[in-house]
Amino acid sequence: MSSSGPTPPPRQLAEAVTFAARVTRLQRAGGVAVPLVTVLFALLMSGIVVAATEGSVHTALVVFKEIFYGTGLNWLAHPTTDLGNISAYNISQTLLQTSPLILTGLAVAFAFRCGMFNIGANGQYIVGLIVANWLGVDLAGLNPFLHILLCISAGTLAAAAYAGIAGILKATVGAHEVISTIMLNWIAYWTASWLVGTGGPLQVSNNPTVPESNPVSAGAQLPDFWGQQGFQGVHVGLFVALAAVVVFWALLNRTTLGYEVRAVGFNPDAAAYGGINVKKNYIRGMAISGAFAGLAGTLDMLGGAQSYQVGQLDIPYIQVGFIGIAVALLGRNTAIGTLLGALVFGALSYGSFHGLGGSSVIDPTLASNLPYMIEGLIVLFIGADVLILYVWNSRKKLRPPRRPVKTPAPEVAAS
Amino acid sequence: MSTWATRLDNPVSARLRDPGLTGAVGIFLGAFAAFLTIPPIEARTVTWPILVGIVAAMLGIFTVTRGRRRLGWGAVVAGILGIGLGILATRSSSTNLGYTFDATLVAQTLSFTTPLTFAAIGGMFSERSGVVNIGLEGMMLMGAFWGVYGADKGGGWAVGLVVAMAVGGVLALVYGFFAIHLRADQIVGGTGVNFLAVGITGYFFVQLYHNNNIPFGVPLLPNVHILSGDGFFAQAVGDLNILTWASFALVVVAYVVVFKTPIGLRIRACGEHPRAADTVGINVFAIRYGCVVLSGMLAAIGGFYLSDGPQGHGSFLFNMTNGRGFIALAAMIFGNWRPAGALGAALLFGFSSALALKLQVYSTSAGTLFQILPYLLTLIAIGGVIGRTVAPAADGKPYVRQ
Repeated sequence: MSSSGPTPPPRQLAEAVTFAARVTRLQRAGGVAVPLVTVLFALLMSGIVVAATEGSVHTALVVFKEIFYGTGLNWLAHPTTDLGNISAYNISQTLLQTSPLILTGLAVAFAFRCGMFNIGANGQYIVGLIVANWLGVDLAGLNPFLHILLCISAGTLAAAAYAGIAGILKATVGAHEVISTIMLNWIAYWTASWLVGTGGPLQVSNNPTVPESNPVSAGAQLPDFWGQQGFQGVHVGLFVALAAVVVFWALLNRTTLGYEVRAVGFNPDAAAYGGINVKKNYIRGMAISGAFAGLAGTLDMLGGAQSYQVGQLDIPYIQVGFIGIAVALLGRNTAIGTLLGALVFGALSYGSFHGLGGSSVIDPTLASNLPYMIEGLIVLFIGADVLILYVWNSRKKLRPPRRPVKTPAPEVAAS
Repeated sequence: MSTWATRLDNPVSARLRDPGLTGAVGIFLGAFAAFLTIPPIEARTVTWPILVGIVAAMLGIFTVTRGRRRLGWGAVVAGILGIGLGILATRSSSTNLGYTFDATLVAQTLSFTTPLTFAAIGGMFSERSGVVNIGLEGMMLMGAFWGVYGADKGGGWAVGLVVAMAVGGVLALVYGFFAIHLRADQIVGGTGVNFLAVGITGYFFVQLYHNNNIPFGVPLLPNVHILSGDGFFAQAVGDLNILTWASFALVVVAYVVVFKTPIGLRIRACGEHPRAADTVGINVFAIRYGCVVLSGMLAAIGGFYLSDGPQGHGSFLFNMTNGRGFIALAAMIFGNWRPAGALGAALLFGFSSALALKLQVYSTSAGTLFQILPYLLTLIAIGGVIGRTVAPAADGKPYVRQ
């Protein structure tokens, strides 16, 4: 059997040097079909759990129907800007949940493309939140445009520097970025808790017992373009996130920097042989990755959150960076894929929690755990590229018996 | 500067300038800076700890410039930590200090250490065999919920323990299948396991208990009562939980197994050079599966201690491990993939948690800052500044038979 086809056999695939290389090969093999099948499979599995525990397949189906209506995706069938319409309101909330996920997804994806695993998007997101809050509160009275610009750029840069620590540690002493970013996550979490905790420097000034920060001044708040200002309206951060998708794509595919990052991501040894400074790219790649996550934090702070509470961090904010991992994996670390992945997870987390608020068949708090289960299954299965490749290649293997029929027999014998 | 140098330039001080000595003295002074402010010396001014801490840091820098970099940076860090702790301590009142640094602090420390030790030793087994286990957090969480569920429905803490171990083992087996057989990226797989555990435990907590707390009267993990009275030792170790003692035993057993038995040699071989291990007839897959499942069981015991031990009192909360699995991971790395090192790091981290809890009584913000310590120290350790850590060579690399 000749193995010189377009897809290499599984054994060679498994020995791809870095994660980025693995994902790219997987993409070549599976394309868009694999993420889609993974999501459907994860939904099916969680549906089985619901059906088994609630004792009825019908309940599971109703739950998924209600989650779907909860996401507001049915709004697409009859769009309206009137937020009195329930589907319009739901889709606006889904979009609010989606925009930080786009950015944390891009953060994780960028690091992946550079051959690194940024598990610390959460910490970088928190740095963005805190810096934006600090400047948003302290510089009250500034020109709103300047104020917002300053908060966003400072928060983004701070997060980039924070992520850069992991990059520097990897470049200089070879510390694994997974461990260092996990540690940086929790350092950011506890530092933030200290800053806004009772007696902390950023704690709310008019009530010394509440562990939360001051709300950002009115001038620093992002304008809402859909919905009432200050009442969960969709703020312009969504456009910034969409612009970031374009920046991500252009940076990776149309610049020298992106070329170097991708080269390092595919194979650092080959990149070094080709004259690329691998260490510099590790630091730079991590910093850019952190900038995306920090941007998510600043937008959330100036848009929806406005103040930082210690308790707020637990759910779902603490998960934004982690869900970013699932988003990036599902989106295969591409710009457009990450955008779609973020929409899937944004819809899932809003739809399952709020969409089931008035459900008659299932306890909403029960269903609010489904996204975690689904995310877990998706991440688990999407990481198992060998399984998918095995299935894919065995599908290919079934074909060769048909092919020789088309090609003349002597040629096969000659080769 | 020149006078200072010439003064040192005589035969007696030449010996004093030995970098090994200055580094050690620096570390000692750093610890001493903090020690000055707590009973029994209890200096009531910030000046002394700052002064001693600066001297420690200077000695550290001196040591760094003389070539002993790790020792020197260690002294610098010790000096800075000493200053920080000293300032915190002097800002509190004297009665608070007496309250904070007493025998119950020891008991609290050991209580916080226990779950970390179990999970860290579990993680050590997994990583020694060559499988990175980021999923410790999720496995702990599964143990926490299903353990207390088992104890509640089975009517005994032993039942809960067995259920916790079984569930943790099963989750680890699933993870192992992905990591070992399907050669999935181990970090991705571990992240998936963590998500899955949050979802599963959260779902079944609501499903089985209808979002109420687990009823009172769940059989708790018993304490081992060996000493009574008001003495220091009686209060510190007289009434520790059974799992705390078990964790100490586990460390000894883990050390003996990993470093003194043939099976331990095989585990380490699989983690260092799986192909060589395979060549001499070791079943790499079997060893790795065994170690991963063991790590899940041990992590689940640690989680069970959280829900059914002296801290949880037979209760469960959504995502109740709240990062302890990651602290355990940090402890294992800080302990350099060794059982005694993991215990030492877990004790240090447990101490910082216990201190944080105690400090909360009179200063929440100081207590919160202490929570950073485990992560900061681990970051410094992997940065190679003090006691650089070295992972098993094949850690995280899937093995493919040829």
